[in-house]
Amino acid sequence: MTTADPVSRRTRGPVRRRTALTTVVGVALTAVMLFPVYWMVNVSFTRDTDLRHTPPYWFPLHGTLDGYRAVLSQQPPYLATSLVVGLGTVLLTLVVAAPAGYSLAKLRPRGGGVLSFVLLIAQMIPGIIMAMGFYATYLRLGVLNTTVGLIVADSTIAVPFGVLVYTAFMSGISSDLLQAATIDGAGRLRTLWSLVLPVSRNATITVALFSFLWSWSDFIFASTLDQGGDHQPITLGIYHYIGNNNQQWNAIMATAVVASIPATVLLVIAQRYVAAGITTGALKD
Amino acid sequence: MGPAPAPVARPAAVGRASRRAGQRRAQAAAWAFCAPVTAYLLLFYAYPLYRNVDLSLRDYTVRSFVRGGAPFTGLANYTKVIDHPTFLPALTHTLVFTVASIAVQFSLGLALAVFFHRRFPLSTVMRALFLVPWLLPLIVSASTWSWMLNSDSGVVNSLLSGLGIGPVNWLTSPQWSLVSVIIANVWIGVPFNLVILYSGLQAISPEIDEAAALDGAGAWQKFRLVTFPLLRPVSAITVLLGFIYTLKVFDIIWVMTRGGPSDSSTTFATWSYRLGFGNLLPAFGPGAAVGNLLILIALVLGLVYIRVQYRPGTS
Repeated sequence: MTTADPVSRRTRGPVRRRTALTTVVGVALTAVMLFPVYWMVNVSFTRDTDLRHTPPYWFPLHGTLDGYRAVLSQQPPYLATSLVVGLGTVLLTLVVAAPAGYSLAKLRPRGGGVLSFVLLIAQMIPGIIMAMGFYATYLRLGVLNTTVGLIVADSTIAVPFGVLVYTAFMSGISSDLLQAATIDGAGRLRTLWSLVLPVSRNATITVALFSFLWSWSDFIFASTLDQGGDHQPITLGIYHYIGNNNQQWNAIMATAVVASIPATVLLVIAQRYVAAGITTGALKD
Repeated sequence: MGPAPAPVARPAAVGRASRRAGQRRAQAAAWAFCAPVTAYLLLFYAYPLYRNVDLSLRDYTVRSFVRGGAPFTGLANYTKVIDHPTFLPALTHTLVFTVASIAVQFSLGLALAVFFHRRFPLSTVMRALFLVPWLLPLIVSASTWSWMLNSDSGVVNSLLSGLGIGPVNWLTSPQWSLVSVIIANVWIGVPFNLVILYSGLQAISPEIDEAAALDGAGAWQKFRLVTFPLLRPVSAITVLLGFIYTLKVFDIIWVMTRGGPSDSSTTFATWSYRLGFGNLLPAFGPGAAVGNLLILIALVLGLVYIRVQYRPGTS
């Protein structure tokens, strides 16, 4: 141990310099990765007359809020619809996924393995196929262009994932604890509601977060099932903007910035849940 | 390791009967909790899928689509689609798009995971920032890239002209449109690969690394001979999940190029959408047929994924 000391003292200088260098490289990589995001923000503040300037302005020196004024005057209804659809999707997903997760994790239903398998397969179905099936069904039922219809369709992106996350999380709850609750005379429903769910707060946050984000970002269901609706989500707001051969890219990018707010907020306040969600989806345990 | 519990002093038959009744009750309760999700799967997965298969096997017109009664035509829609001049390009583009996206995403994701694995100041913040592209709505990323890749006013061409490279018609020329959508898709997919591979690296015991270092392995040797083989299960899952997600990609391509110009970036997903929803006169039958061919590819890959994930002894 005594011989190690001078060695470490000798290497500390170079090591620290190497760490600093690593940080510099890391900053550079992050800057490259986030450049499109910066560019979106930059363009959103650019004046109409500067949009096609060559070379492009790297900083919004003559910044304008015109783009955001356009958003404010045109997009609030779209944003409100997205919010409603997002919250509805979260609610539906949680209600369906939580009991199933509890059962699969703790109650050992016969055939539970088959159910998990079906859920895994369900995640792999391309959205366009679901959209076409929903379209044919909704047309007959008369629920095309409705908020409820969109909520149901959007939830299909999240439900299998939700069950997966709940099952993984609830498997970790001590069975003794649940046993004790049963002996105390709590029915299984009450055990779920007043014991399992409060303990599974993190799983609920992860599932809610992702189902909201996916629903907020959904374009394929919105553009097929809600293309003629009175209440359209923000993804269609952006799409109409681009589709109208609009050359006001500052307004388009301003809308894009506003549409990115939920993702940014969630990343800032719930980063660890995001990382947890990605890895639960991919790796068991 | 104490003595075995004393048998309960109770006639065996009664005990067995009541235990069986209890078990039946427990099973009923277990399935009651699974009932919502089962009903959900039947109504909102199985039924739309069934409708989709039905669409692909009948000759639908707009009127019969609303009122029903379209004649059953067997596999006619499938043969029509396979004989269509778009079929081969769409198949090729689907495969090229998927394979190229995953190869680049995975390599970049792995390199970045290794990079971030050596903790350094600000590394946690940077890792969080790297998630941003993956979290943004796809339409936001797609429209941002559209403007960045604009032939006349895009920042990418402006940078290239600084390097003396002439303007590239990223989105409007047949030879670059597929490359453009792959670039955007890679940008979106790197964070996903980074996060999973990073957590895989975290799971490798640092002692193994140290042992390799003591044995005199250099950084590259250590990675090639120790880290990468240990990361194999996680890598396999990352790649397979990537395949499944990338096959489905629709939004990015549709918003950036609509599959054009002249089918040069059309994949099965965008072709199916265009047939069903992209024209004034919808062709639901062929659209559904294309979609079902896509699901067939996804299913094969999905089964491979499940085999890998659930093989005993990988975790």
